[in-house]
Amino acid sequence: MKIVAKRPESLADKPTHYCPGCTHGIAHRLVAEVIDEMNIREKTIGVAPVGCAVLAYEYFNCDFQQAAHGRAPAVATGIKRVNPENFVFTYQGDGDLASIGTAEIVHAAMRGENITTIFINNAIYGMTGGQMAPTTMIGQKTTTSPYGRDAKSAGNPIRVVEMLATLKGSAYLSRVGLFNNKEIKKAKKAIRKAFETQKAGQGFSLVELLSTCPTNWGMNPTEALDWVESNMVPYYPLGEFKTPEGGDSK
Amino acid sequence: MAEKILMKGNEAIAEAGIKAGCRYFFGYPITPQNELPAYMARRLPMEDGVFLQAESEVAAINMVYGAAGAGARVMTSSSSPGISLKQEGISYMAGSELPGVIVNIIRGGPGLGGIQPAQSDYLQATKGGGHGDYRLLVLAPQSVQEAVDLTLEAFDLADKYRNPVMILGDGMIGQMMEPVEFKKEISPEDLPKKEWATVGNKGRKPNVINSLSLQAEKLEELNLRLQKKYVQMKEEEVRVETIKTEDADYAIVAFGSMARIALSAVERAREEGIKVGLIRPISLFPYPEQVVGKVAEQVKFLLTVEMSCGQMVEDVRLSANGRCPVYFYGRSGGVVPTSQEIYEQLMELVRGEKE
Repeated sequence: MKIVAKRPESLADKPTHYCPGCTHGIAHRLVAEVIDEMNIREKTIGVAPVGCAVLAYEYFNCDFQQAAHGRAPAVATGIKRVNPENFVFTYQGDGDLASIGTAEIVHAAMRGENITTIFINNAIYGMTGGQMAPTTMIGQKTTTSPYGRDAKSAGNPIRVVEMLATLKGSAYLSRVGLFNNKEIKKAKKAIRKAFETQKAGQGFSLVELLSTCPTNWGMNPTEALDWVESNMVPYYPLGEFKTPEGGDSK
Repeated sequence: MAEKILMKGNEAIAEAGIKAGCRYFFGYPITPQNELPAYMARRLPMEDGVFLQAESEVAAINMVYGAAGAGARVMTSSSSPGISLKQEGISYMAGSELPGVIVNIIRGGPGLGGIQPAQSDYLQATKGGGHGDYRLLVLAPQSVQEAVDLTLEAFDLADKYRNPVMILGDGMIGQMMEPVEFKKEISPEDLPKKEWATVGNKGRKPNVINSLSLQAEKLEELNLRLQKKYVQMKEEEVRVETIKTEDADYAIVAFGSMARIALSAVERAREEGIKVGLIRPISLFPYPEQVVGKVAEQVKFLLTVEMSCGQMVEDVRLSANGRCPVYFYGRSGGVVPTSQEIYEQLMELVRGEKE
């Protein structure tokens, strides 16, 4: 019998705790497939955030460190500086990375830290029950923006890759969306490029994945996928914002 | 015997770290400890090590966390307000059972405080500091030489217990120059491999550095394991110096540079025929409860002297446990009690005792 699909070796054989329709499972799988294909699992160290993906260390089949809220890039820096031959990646949500952890992500990029960040942007805090994130869309209702996010009081959503693109140390920056198969394929390519950037020692790499949170958005999974495409993509444009070939990296 | 060289406390502590096999330093500027990171920035590249000036104390301690988890001997230093910022990371290190050495060159507080020496971080250092049920091993040197010796030891203790160790100095220890010698030198290659470190899971199951336990019973298990370590520290790691306590009618308790000043007051009182002794706790956690308790049985009172409004005095009272009165004298905000002040305070209490 020919095997046409199987669980990547870099994923542990465990059911995840993620909600039905959540795209974390896809993101995990894409990262795991890339690690498998590059044959680097035994050299890879992951750093888990605080948030829905806090248990990522349970689901990846490689060494892991769990970091304090927002501090994953600092923890990853410590790991990478001790063992530069390791592949080090952080897996962070938008509350973790774009709110409490802004200093750490900006400075990791500024230093051109040779690590890879997988950034899940689902426009909300998932784990704590659906609070407003810095990435929450204008007008989007959350438990802490019950009348919809108001730019006058809460400001406008932060565009992380555009911000990091101003830094010379950022070598590879890309935004992709997990809302249909075509885009998921592109997402995998971007994740591969990010890890290849690290392999080549070219500096900081980050892939932002526009993701869903059906539970806290109050939608079914297909509505949520449509919402990413129709509401998030216009504000968070997809594509590569920085590549090592672009000549602007360190 | 190694040769003696004249060094500033902050620089000597840094060199002691390197001699202990530490090749990774993550820090952030704050007075009065700036010479320590500056020294590391100069010296570590010569040893193929890494010095990194982090974006904040918060980031620095989390870099320490990552490097410690990757199996390295690693160090950071700061002063009071910066140490407050590091507390989150210190709690995570204790919870994840990571070794590391943290130097606090205390300045006066609270808030931004000042830049003069103080001991007002005693409670923060010895009672947890961050959230949760944990303790640091806390060592308080009284001289530059002792700062060197304790720093060399701190790395071994951190590895032995898989627990962060704090060197608790003050602006005086950090800034003064004294002759020092380095009694040993360890090469990082000679240190035993840490089997639990995250270095890649070739040929084994993944290693995970983590302090999260969503099941209450699991978290309690971790806490009980940590408590066992603290009990073992109390049994094996108490360090204390007693001077002239054998025949003492009274005793002063003081730590760090305060103890050196208090010793002058003790010597002067002895010249006057007053039998006074000195207890100098060197390990502040574990606290030398038994030594203090024993002296408390024999003396008429204990006088605790601190550069604070009274923090260690709580441990002195607990150790004396009612066996004798415990008095306190302190100055705060960076004001250092003089030996004259301590002497007068002591003599007043002695007169009161005789009346």
